[in-house]
Amino acid sequence: MERAAVRRRLTWQLARVVEIVTENARTKSIVLDAAEWPGHRAGQHVDVRLTAEDGYQAQRSYSIASAPEDEHLVLTVERLDDGEVSPYLTETIRPGDELELRGPVGGYFVWEESLGGPLLLVGGGSGVVPLRAMLRYHGAVGSDLPARLLYSARTQADLIYRRELEGFDTTITLTREPWAGRTGRVDRELLEEVAWPATDHPLVYVCGPTGFVEAVADALVALGHDASRVRTERFGPT
Amino acid sequence: MAAVSRGFHGRRRDEAEAARLAPGQYLTQDFPVLSAGPTPHQPLDAWTFEVRGAVNEPRSWTWEQFQALPRERINVDIHCVTKWSKFDTRWTGVSIDTLLEGVETSAGYVLAFCDGGYTTNLPLEDVRGGKAWVAFEFDDEPLHPEHGGPARLLVPHLYFWKSAKWLRGIELRHEDSPGFWEGYGYHNYGDPWKEQRYAGD
Repeated sequence: MERAAVRRRLTWQLARVVEIVTENARTKSIVLDAAEWPGHRAGQHVDVRLTAEDGYQAQRSYSIASAPEDEHLVLTVERLDDGEVSPYLTETIRPGDELELRGPVGGYFVWEESLGGPLLLVGGGSGVVPLRAMLRYHGAVGSDLPARLLYSARTQADLIYRRELEGFDTTITLTREPWAGRTGRVDRELLEEVAWPATDHPLVYVCGPTGFVEAVADALVALGHDASRVRTERFGPT
Repeated sequence: MAAVSRGFHGRRRDEAEAARLAPGQYLTQDFPVLSAGPTPHQPLDAWTFEVRGAVNEPRSWTWEQFQALPRERINVDIHCVTKWSKFDTRWTGVSIDTLLEGVETSAGYVLAFCDGGYTTNLPLEDVRGGKAWVAFEFDDEPLHPEHGGPARLLVPHLYFWKSAKWLRGIELRHEDSPGFWEGYGYHNYGDPWKEQRYAGD
Protein backbone atom coordinates (compact mmCIF):
# COMPACT_ATOMS: atom_id res chain seq x y z
CA MET A 1 0.00 0.00 0.00
CA GLU A 2 1.14 3.47 -0.74
CA ARG A 3 1.74 5.80 2.12
CA ALA A 4 2.44 9.46 2.07
CA ALA A 5 6.12 9.91 2.75
CA VAL A 6 5.88 13.45 4.00
CA ARG A 7 3.45 14.49 6.70
CA ARG A 8 2.16 17.96 6.43
CA ARG A 9 0.07 19.43 9.19
CA LEU A 10 -3.49 19.99 8.01
CA THR A 11 -4.40 23.57 8.73
CA TRP A 12 -7.74 25.34 8.40
CA GLN A 13 -8.03 27.52 5.34
CA LEU A 14 -10.70 29.71 3.80
CA ALA A 15 -12.16 28.93 0.42
CA ARG A 16 -14.54 31.19 -1.49
CA VAL A 17 -17.80 29.86 -2.90
CA VAL A 18 -17.78 30.40 -6.66
CA GLU A 19 -21.01 28.69 -7.60
CA ILE A 20 -23.77 26.50 -6.19
CA VAL A 21 -25.10 23.78 -8.48
CA THR A 22 -28.41 22.08 -7.75
CA GLU A 23 -27.94 18.33 -8.23
CA ASN A 24 -31.36 17.22 -6.98
CA ALA A 25 -34.01 18.51 -4.57
CA ARG A 26 -31.83 17.77 -1.53
CA THR A 27 -28.34 17.95 -2.95
CA LYS A 28 -26.10 20.82 -3.97
CA SER A 29 -22.57 21.01 -5.26
CA ILE A 30 -20.49 23.79 -3.79
CA VAL A 31 -17.84 24.97 -6.21
CA LEU A 32 -14.93 26.49 -4.33
CA ASP A 33 -11.97 28.65 -5.07
CA ALA A 34 -9.47 27.25 -2.55
CA ALA A 35 -6.28 29.20 -3.12
CA GLU A 36 -4.26 27.28 -0.55
CA TRP A 37 -5.60 23.84 -1.41
CA PRO A 38 -2.62 21.45 -1.48
CA GLY A 39 -4.27 19.08 -3.95
CA HIS A 40 -5.93 15.75 -3.30
CA ARG A 41 -6.40 12.26 -4.65
CA ALA A 42 -9.71 11.02 -6.01
CA GLY A 43 -11.81 9.57 -3.21
CA GLN A 44 -10.52 11.73 -0.36
CA HIS A 45 -12.67 13.97 1.80
CA VAL A 46 -12.44 17.30 3.51
CA ASP A 47 -13.37 18.64 6.94
CA VAL A 48 -15.66 21.66 6.96
CA ARG A 49 -16.02 23.98 9.95
CA LEU A 50 -18.80 26.51 10.44
CA THR A 51 -18.56 29.29 13.04
CA ALA A 52 -21.50 31.26 14.44
CA GLU A 53 -21.17 34.89 15.51
CA ASP A 54 -20.80 33.92 19.17
CA GLY A 55 -17.95 31.55 18.34
CA TYR A 56 -19.97 28.33 18.40
CA GLN A 57 -18.55 25.88 15.87
CA ALA A 58 -19.65 22.72 14.11
CA GLN A 59 -17.54 20.38 11.96
CA ARG A 60 -18.40 17.67 9.47
CA SER A 61 -16.58 15.70 6.76
CA TYR A 62 -17.65 15.65 3.10
CA SER A 63 -16.39 13.70 0.13
CA ILE A 64 -14.68 15.65 -2.60
CA ALA A 65 -16.62 15.45 -5.86
CA SER A 66 -13.98 16.96 -8.15
CA ALA A 67 -10.94 15.37 -9.72
CA PRO A 68 -7.53 16.64 -8.61
CA GLU A 69 -7.13 17.99 -12.14
CA ASP A 70 -10.31 20.07 -12.04
CA GLU A 71 -10.03 23.83 -11.84
CA HIS A 72 -12.14 24.09 -8.69
CA LEU A 73 -12.57 22.05 -5.55
CA VAL A 74 -16.16 20.78 -5.46
CA LEU A 75 -18.09 19.35 -2.52
CA THR A 76 -21.45 17.72 -3.09
CA VAL A 77 -23.65 17.81 -0.01
CA GLU A 78 -26.98 16.12 0.61
CA ARG A 79 -29.29 17.83 3.07
CA LEU A 80 -30.17 15.76 6.12
CA ASP A 81 -33.41 17.09 7.54
CA ASP A 82 -32.24 16.78 11.13
CA GLY A 83 -28.72 17.88 10.24
CA GLU A 84 -26.86 20.83 11.67
CA VAL A 85 -24.34 21.56 8.92
CA SER A 86 -25.86 20.13 5.73
CA PRO A 87 -28.94 22.42 5.79
CA TYR A 88 -26.58 25.40 5.93
CA LEU A 89 -24.47 24.09 3.05
CA THR A 90 -27.50 23.29 0.90
CA GLU A 91 -29.82 26.19 1.75
CA THR A 92 -27.96 29.15 3.21
CA ILE A 93 -24.50 29.41 1.72
CA ARG A 94 -24.22 31.36 -1.54
CA PRO A 95 -21.58 32.48 -4.02
CA GLY A 96 -19.16 34.93 -2.49
CA ASP A 97 -19.37 33.40 0.98
CA GLU A 98 -16.29 31.94 2.58
CA LEU A 99 -16.10 28.38 3.82
CA GLU A 100 -13.50 27.11 6.25
CA LEU A 101 -12.03 23.72 5.47
CA ARG A 102 -9.04 21.51 5.99
CA GLY A 103 -7.80 18.47 4.16
CA PRO A 104 -7.50 16.38 2.19
CA VAL A 105 -8.29 13.61 4.63
CA GLY A 106 -8.22 9.84 4.18
CA GLY A 107 -5.83 7.85 2.08
CA TYR A 108 -7.31 4.39 1.64
CA PHE A 109 -10.58 5.00 -0.20
CA VAL A 110 -8.56 6.53 -3.01
CA TRP A 111 -7.98 5.47 -6.57
CA GLU A 112 -4.89 6.33 -8.54
CA GLU A 113 -3.94 4.90 -11.88
CA SER A 114 -0.84 3.30 -10.36
CA LEU A 115 -3.15 1.07 -8.27
CA GLY A 116 -4.34 -0.56 -11.50
CA GLY A 117 -7.67 -2.03 -12.42
CA PRO A 118 -10.05 -2.98 -13.80
CA LEU A 119 -11.89 -0.48 -11.69
CA LEU A 120 -15.35 -1.25 -10.37
CA LEU A 121 -17.24 1.51 -8.58
CA VAL A 122 -20.45 0.75 -6.74
CA GLY A 123 -22.37 3.69 -5.29
CA GLY A 124 -25.62 3.98 -3.36
CA GLY A 125 -27.35 7.37 -3.19
CA SER A 126 -24.94 10.19 -2.41
CA GLY A 127 -22.23 7.52 -2.05
CA VAL A 128 -21.62 8.16 -5.72
CA VAL A 129 -19.83 11.43 -4.88
CA PRO A 130 -16.25 10.14 -4.32
CA LEU A 131 -16.74 7.65 -7.17
CA ARG A 132 -17.54 10.53 -9.48
CA ALA A 133 -14.23 12.10 -8.46
CA MET A 134 -12.50 8.85 -9.43
CA LEU A 135 -14.22 8.76 -12.84
CA ARG A 136 -13.35 12.39 -13.51
CA TYR A 137 -9.75 11.67 -12.56
CA HIS A 138 -9.77 8.55 -14.77
CA GLY A 139 -10.89 10.74 -17.67
CA ALA A 140 -8.56 13.62 -16.86
CA VAL A 141 -5.45 11.45 -16.94
CA GLY A 142 -6.66 9.59 -20.02
CA SER A 143 -6.43 6.23 -18.30
CA ASP A 144 -7.07 3.26 -20.54
CA LEU A 145 -7.80 0.97 -17.59
CA PRO A 146 -11.39 -0.32 -17.81
CA ALA A 147 -13.66 1.47 -15.36
CA ARG A 148 -17.29 0.75 -14.66
CA LEU A 149 -19.84 2.32 -12.34
CA LEU A 150 -22.88 0.67 -10.81
CA TYR A 151 -25.08 3.34 -9.29
CA SER A 152 -28.15 2.68 -7.18
CA ALA A 153 -30.69 5.39 -6.37
CA ARG A 154 -34.29 5.46 -5.25
CA THR A 155 -35.89 7.30 -8.18
CA GLN A 156 -34.82 9.20 -11.27
CA ALA A 157 -35.35 12.42 -9.37
CA ASP A 158 -32.76 11.27 -6.80
CA LEU A 159 -30.03 10.74 -9.39
CA ILE A 160 -27.15 13.20 -9.32
CA TYR A 161 -24.56 13.90 -12.05
CA ARG A 162 -26.83 11.86 -14.34
CA ARG A 163 -25.81 13.25 -17.69
CA GLU A 164 -22.13 13.22 -16.82
CA LEU A 165 -22.20 9.65 -15.49
CA GLU A 166 -24.04 8.39 -18.55
CA GLY A 167 -20.95 9.38 -20.52
CA PHE A 168 -19.03 6.67 -18.68
CA ASP A 169 -19.61 2.90 -18.55
CA THR A 170 -22.44 3.31 -16.05
CA THR A 171 -25.28 1.05 -15.03
CA ILE A 172 -28.05 2.71 -13.05
CA THR A 173 -30.55 0.77 -10.99
CA LEU A 174 -33.56 2.33 -9.26
CA THR A 175 -34.99 0.82 -6.10
CA ARG A 176 -38.26 2.75 -5.72
CA GLU A 177 -39.46 3.64 -9.20
CA PRO A 178 -40.28 1.62 -12.30
CA TRP A 179 -38.58 2.96 -15.42
CA ALA A 180 -37.11 1.79 -18.69
CA GLY A 181 -33.82 0.89 -17.04
CA ARG A 182 -32.88 -1.59 -14.35
CA THR A 183 -34.70 -1.77 -11.06
CA GLY A 184 -34.02 -3.40 -7.73
CA ARG A 185 -31.21 -3.41 -5.23
CA VAL A 186 -27.60 -4.16 -6.04
CA ASP A 187 -27.51 -7.84 -5.22
CA ARG A 188 -25.41 -10.82 -6.11
CA GLU A 189 -27.24 -11.38 -9.39
CA LEU A 190 -26.78 -7.83 -10.61
CA LEU A 191 -23.13 -7.83 -9.57
CA GLU A 192 -22.57 -11.12 -11.35
CA GLU A 193 -23.99 -9.59 -14.49
CA VAL A 194 -22.46 -6.13 -14.35
CA ALA A 195 -19.26 -6.40 -12.33
CA TRP A 196 -15.96 -7.63 -13.66
CA PRO A 197 -15.68 -11.29 -12.66
CA ALA A 198 -13.53 -12.12 -9.62
CA THR A 199 -11.08 -13.85 -11.95
CA ASP A 200 -10.24 -10.44 -13.44
CA HIS A 201 -9.22 -9.24 -9.93
CA PRO A 202 -10.92 -5.86 -10.19
CA LEU A 203 -10.19 -3.17 -7.66
CA VAL A 204 -13.57 -2.34 -6.15
CA TYR A 205 -14.76 0.80 -4.35
CA VAL A 206 -18.12 0.69 -2.62
CA CYS A 207 -19.65 3.79 -1.05
CA GLY A 208 -23.10 4.42 0.34
CA PRO A 209 -25.30 3.98 3.38
CA THR A 210 -24.17 1.29 5.81
CA GLY A 211 -26.79 -1.30 4.81
CA PHE A 212 -26.01 -0.83 1.12
CA VAL A 213 -22.25 -1.18 1.61
CA GLU A 214 -22.61 -4.22 3.88
CA ALA A 215 -24.85 -5.99 1.35
CA VAL A 216 -22.69 -5.16 -1.68
CA ALA A 217 -19.39 -6.01 0.01
CA ASP A 218 -20.77 -9.31 1.33
CA ALA A 219 -22.11 -10.20 -2.13
CA LEU A 220 -18.75 -9.40 -3.74
CA VAL A 221 -16.91 -11.62 -1.26
CA ALA A 222 -19.49 -14.37 -1.84
CA LEU A 223 -18.80 -14.07 -5.59
CA GLY A 224 -15.14 -14.78 -4.93
CA HIS A 225 -13.73 -11.27 -4.94
CA ASP A 226 -10.65 -10.86 -2.77
CA ALA A 227 -11.76 -8.93 0.35
CA SER A 228 -8.48 -7.01 0.32
CA ARG A 229 -9.41 -5.55 -3.09
CA VAL A 230 -12.78 -4.29 -1.91
CA ARG A 231 -12.48 -0.84 -0.35
CA THR A 232 -15.49 0.61 1.39
CA GLU A 233 -16.78 3.85 2.75
CA ARG A 234 -19.98 3.81 4.81
CA PHE A 235 -22.09 6.64 6.07
CA GLY A 236 -25.25 7.06 8.05
CA PRO A 237 -26.72 5.13 10.96
CA THR A 238 -27.10 1.39 11.07
CA MET B 1 -9.52 33.20 14.94
CA ALA B 2 -12.00 31.42 12.74
CA ALA B 3 -14.07 33.38 10.24
CA VAL B 4 -17.76 33.73 10.99
CA SER B 5 -19.95 31.76 8.59
CA ARG B 6 -22.61 34.19 7.37
CA GLY B 7 -26.05 33.06 8.44
CA PHE B 8 -24.90 30.07 10.50
CA HIS B 9 -26.49 29.72 13.92
CA GLY B 10 -25.94 26.07 14.74
CA ARG B 11 -27.70 23.92 17.21
CA ARG B 12 -26.95 24.98 20.75
CA ARG B 13 -26.46 22.31 23.35
CA ASP B 14 -27.08 22.42 27.05
CA GLU B 15 -23.97 22.81 29.15
CA ALA B 16 -23.91 19.27 30.46
CA GLU B 17 -23.96 17.85 26.95
CA ALA B 18 -21.37 20.32 25.71
CA ALA B 19 -19.00 19.42 28.56
CA ARG B 20 -19.14 15.73 27.64
CA LEU B 21 -18.42 16.35 23.97
CA ALA B 22 -14.78 16.40 22.92
CA PRO B 23 -13.91 19.46 20.80
CA GLY B 24 -15.29 19.44 17.25
CA GLN B 25 -17.63 16.54 17.98
CA TYR B 26 -21.42 16.29 17.75
CA LEU B 27 -23.72 13.94 19.59
CA THR B 28 -25.48 11.12 17.77
CA GLN B 29 -28.09 8.65 19.01
CA ASP B 30 -27.25 6.27 16.15
CA PHE B 31 -24.28 3.96 16.01
CA PRO B 32 -22.57 4.72 12.70
CA VAL B 33 -20.40 2.07 11.06
CA LEU B 34 -17.03 2.88 9.50
CA SER B 35 -14.87 0.15 8.04
CA ALA B 36 -12.29 0.15 5.27
CA GLY B 37 -13.39 -3.13 3.72
CA PRO B 38 -15.95 -5.94 3.82
CA THR B 39 -17.06 -7.13 7.25
CA PRO B 40 -15.22 -10.36 8.14
CA HIS B 41 -17.38 -13.18 9.46
CA GLN B 42 -15.09 -15.25 11.65
CA PRO B 43 -16.68 -18.48 12.97
CA LEU B 44 -16.36 -18.71 16.76
CA ASP B 45 -14.92 -22.24 16.68
CA ALA B 46 -11.98 -20.91 14.67
CA TRP B 47 -11.57 -17.73 16.73
CA THR B 48 -8.60 -17.33 19.05
CA PHE B 49 -7.21 -14.41 20.96
CA GLU B 50 -3.45 -14.04 21.23
CA VAL B 51 -1.04 -12.04 23.33
CA ARG B 52 2.28 -12.24 21.52
CA GLY B 53 5.45 -10.36 20.68
CA ALA B 54 7.81 -9.10 23.40
CA VAL B 55 6.45 -11.29 26.19
CA ASN B 56 8.04 -14.04 28.25
CA GLU B 57 5.44 -16.48 26.99
CA PRO B 58 2.80 -15.95 24.28
CA ARG B 59 -0.76 -16.67 25.33
CA SER B 60 -3.78 -17.83 23.40
CA TRP B 61 -7.43 -18.40 24.26
CA THR B 62 -10.18 -20.12 22.34
CA TRP B 63 -13.61 -18.43 22.30
CA GLU B 64 -14.79 -20.80 25.03
CA GLN B 65 -11.77 -20.12 27.22
CA PHE B 66 -12.11 -16.40 26.62
CA GLN B 67 -15.74 -16.46 27.72
CA ALA B 68 -14.68 -18.09 30.99
CA LEU B 69 -12.43 -15.13 31.90
CA PRO B 70 -13.68 -12.57 34.42
CA ARG B 71 -15.85 -10.08 32.59
CA GLU B 72 -16.63 -6.46 33.29
CA ARG B 73 -19.47 -4.17 32.33
CA ILE B 74 -18.31 -0.92 30.83
CA ASN B 75 -20.45 2.21 30.41
CA VAL B 76 -18.60 4.88 28.44
CA ASP B 77 -18.86 7.76 26.00
CA ILE B 78 -17.15 7.14 22.66
CA HIS B 79 -15.73 9.64 20.17
CA CYS B 80 -15.14 8.88 16.49
CA VAL B 81 -12.61 10.88 14.47
CA THR B 82 -15.32 11.43 11.82
CA LYS B 83 -16.91 13.81 14.39
CA TRP B 84 -19.70 11.82 16.03
CA SER B 85 -19.78 10.99 19.70
CA LYS B 86 -22.15 8.64 21.45
CA PHE B 87 -22.86 8.79 25.17
CA ASP B 88 -23.40 5.97 27.66
CA THR B 89 -22.55 3.04 25.40
CA ARG B 90 -22.84 -0.21 27.34
CA TRP B 91 -20.40 -3.02 26.74
CA THR B 92 -19.33 -6.30 28.30
CA GLY B 93 -15.76 -7.43 27.94
CA VAL B 94 -12.52 -8.67 29.43
CA SER B 95 -10.05 -6.12 30.72
CA ILE B 96 -6.67 -6.06 29.01
CA ASP B 97 -5.28 -6.12 32.56
CA THR B 98 -6.78 -9.59 32.94
CA LEU B 99 -5.17 -10.76 29.69
CA LEU B 100 -1.78 -9.36 30.68
CA GLU B 101 -1.84 -10.63 34.26
CA GLY B 102 1.53 -12.18 35.07
CA VAL B 103 2.96 -11.26 31.66
CA GLU B 104 6.55 -10.07 31.92
CA THR B 105 7.52 -7.52 29.32
CA SER B 106 9.70 -4.50 28.81
CA ALA B 107 7.65 -3.46 25.77
CA GLY B 108 6.29 0.06 25.60
CA TYR B 109 3.75 -0.36 22.80
CA VAL B 110 1.09 -2.67 21.49
CA LEU B 111 -0.13 -3.34 17.99
CA ALA B 112 -3.70 -4.63 17.89
CA PHE B 113 -4.30 -7.05 15.01
CA CYS B 114 -7.57 -8.15 13.48
CA ASP B 115 -9.40 -10.27 10.97
CA GLY B 116 -9.34 -8.48 7.64
CA GLY B 117 -5.81 -7.20 8.23
CA TYR B 118 -6.64 -4.06 10.23
CA THR B 119 -4.12 -2.90 12.80
CA THR B 120 -3.77 -0.03 15.23
CA ASN B 121 -0.93 1.00 17.54
CA LEU B 122 -1.10 2.22 21.12
CA PRO B 123 1.26 2.85 24.01
CA LEU B 124 1.08 -0.13 26.39
CA GLU B 125 0.20 2.17 29.27
CA ASP B 126 -2.96 3.22 27.42
CA VAL B 127 -4.36 -0.29 27.47
CA ARG B 128 -3.39 -1.09 31.10
CA GLY B 129 -4.78 0.18 34.37
CA GLY B 130 -8.49 -0.27 33.63
CA LYS B 131 -8.40 1.77 30.42
CA ALA B 132 -9.03 -0.90 27.76
CA TRP B 133 -11.07 -4.04 27.19
CA VAL B 134 -11.80 -6.73 24.65
CA ALA B 135 -15.56 -6.25 24.29
CA PHE B 136 -17.91 -8.92 22.96
CA GLU B 137 -21.33 -7.61 24.01
CA PHE B 138 -23.08 -4.34 23.27
CA ASP B 139 -26.30 -3.54 25.15
CA ASP B 140 -26.22 -7.08 26.58
CA GLU B 141 -26.34 -8.63 23.11
CA PRO B 142 -23.50 -10.35 21.23
CA LEU B 143 -21.54 -7.67 19.39
CA HIS B 144 -22.82 -7.42 15.82
CA PRO B 145 -20.23 -8.12 13.09
CA GLU B 146 -20.73 -4.63 11.61
CA HIS B 147 -19.64 -3.19 14.92
CA GLY B 148 -16.66 -5.50 15.27
CA GLY B 149 -18.06 -8.77 16.53
CA PRO B 150 -17.29 -11.32 17.71
CA ALA B 151 -14.91 -9.11 19.71
CA ARG B 152 -13.35 -5.68 19.42
CA LEU B 153 -10.89 -3.60 21.35
CA LEU B 154 -12.50 -0.90 23.47
CA VAL B 155 -10.25 2.05 24.34
CA PRO B 156 -12.79 4.79 24.98
CA HIS B 157 -10.33 7.51 25.99
CA LEU B 158 -8.92 7.61 22.44
CA TYR B 159 -10.67 8.19 19.08
CA PHE B 160 -12.65 5.13 18.21
CA TRP B 161 -10.50 3.92 15.30
CA LYS B 162 -8.13 2.77 18.08
CA SER B 163 -10.92 0.46 19.29
CA ALA B 164 -10.12 -2.07 16.58
CA LYS B 165 -12.96 -4.22 15.27
CA TRP B 166 -12.68 -7.99 14.73
CA LEU B 167 -9.77 -8.09 17.16
CA ARG B 168 -7.70 -11.27 17.26
CA GLY B 169 -4.90 -10.26 19.55
CA ILE B 170 -2.33 -7.77 20.67
CA GLU B 171 1.35 -7.80 19.93
CA LEU B 172 3.64 -6.20 22.49
CA ARG B 173 6.44 -4.21 20.91
CA HIS B 174 9.56 -2.32 21.93
CA GLU B 175 9.18 0.05 19.00
CA ASP B 176 6.11 1.99 18.02
CA SER B 177 5.02 1.64 14.41
CA PRO B 178 1.89 3.03 12.77
CA GLY B 179 -1.18 0.88 12.31
CA PHE B 180 -3.63 1.09 9.42
CA TRP B 181 -5.14 4.57 9.73
CA GLU B 182 -2.07 5.95 11.48
CA GLY B 183 -0.22 5.11 8.25
CA TYR B 184 -2.76 7.08 6.23
CA GLY B 185 -2.25 10.36 7.98
CA TYR B 186 -4.36 9.97 11.10
CA HIS B 187 -2.80 10.95 14.41
CA ASN B 188 -0.47 8.42 15.99
CA TYR B 189 -2.04 8.78 19.45
CA GLY B 190 -5.56 10.16 18.87
CA ASP B 191 -6.64 11.94 22.06
CA PRO B 192 -10.14 13.34 21.33
CA TRP B 193 -9.83 15.91 24.12
CA LYS B 194 -6.79 17.41 22.39
CA GLU B 195 -8.49 16.95 19.01
CA GLN B 196 -5.61 14.85 17.70
CA ARG B 197 -7.36 13.78 14.51
CA TYR B 198 -4.57 13.92 11.95
CA ALA B 199 -0.78 13.76 11.99
CA GLY B 200 0.55 17.05 13.31
CA ASP B 201 -2.61 17.99 15.26
